[in-house]
Amino acid sequence: MSLALEKATEAQAKKIISINLVVGELSGVVGDCVQFYFDAISRGTIADGAKLCFETKPTQIRCRKCQSVFTPADHEWSCPQCHETSVEIVTGRECYMESIEVE
Amino acid sequence: MAVKVITVGEKILGTNDAKAEENKKLLVRHGILTVNIMSSPGAGKTSLILSTIKRLSKKARIAVIEGDVASSVDADKVNALGIPVVQINTAGGCHLDAFMVEKGLHNLPLEKVDLLFIENVGNLICPNNYKLGEDIRLMIASMPEGDDKPYKYPAMFADTEVVVLNKTDLQPYIDFDEKAFRKVVIGLNPDVIIFPVSCKTGEGMPAWFDWLEAALKNKKNK
Repeated sequence: MSLALEKATEAQAKKIISINLVVGELSGVVGDCVQFYFDAISRGTIADGAKLCFETKPTQIRCRKCQSVFTPADHEWSCPQCHETSVEIVTGRECYMESIEVE
Repeated sequence: MAVKVITVGEKILGTNDAKAEENKKLLVRHGILTVNIMSSPGAGKTSLILSTIKRLSKKARIAVIEGDVASSVDADKVNALGIPVVQINTAGGCHLDAFMVEKGLHNLPLEKVDLLFIENVGNLICPNNYKLGEDIRLMIASMPEGDDKPYKYPAMFADTEVVVLNKTDLQPYIDFDEKAFRKVVIGLNPDVIIFPVSCKTGEGMPAWFDWLEAALKNKKNK
């Protein structure tokens, strides 16, 4: 919230309407919980009543051998193309504020 | 009034990362090797710390920051060994952050410390997202948790330098497939070092002690 307030104040906004957040599946962020606490701590600030909009990024992994990118299955993380087991996480860890809407 | 969109594009945990950098600078200035220990509850964080203190306390000056949701049970055990310890109770919070650790550091005699263990709150999700200022990220997986944990908590396994696989003494009684576990952990994290140990019987512990001693020497020579 401090980041949103800082940006809104810089822009001389009167009110924050919404906050757009990008969170990966692996980030551990639960949108409803965050909104619940946000509502409590934003009371009396220009962010009071702002809606948090979460864009969830799915987990995707890349094969270190053939570079193909795929969505892992529950218990099968080897590359569907070349069956290599050496892989790296490319998306799913995101946790950032993309933008805010103010007036 | 017209609605205006302001592009931000900044990490939510940016302020934590900045504080972690400050902590790191403070620790580097004192030449302290810092290990952030993460695991699920009951995997053996405190047991690993206590065993390591018993083995290395004559060779290195050790201190501990204990993170727990509540109670000082773990800190009391460390204190009983005569080791400086700070207990941080997160009052329900599921992880330590860099601000809490900063407070802990101010309550430790840093000029008399070579090795600092930070015992994180037992949890395999949130602690991974909060840098504290550590040199080494160590996670403990214990055999009874199952060999499928890397699939469920991949980020934790991917970001750690050391995995201690604890409770190997229970292998005869459970279906833990160490080969399958290693395959997925090394697949996610090719540089990881895995120490299969039993804190209870001491099996495998010498390899961990030797590695940690070498890391301490390395730190001192920097």
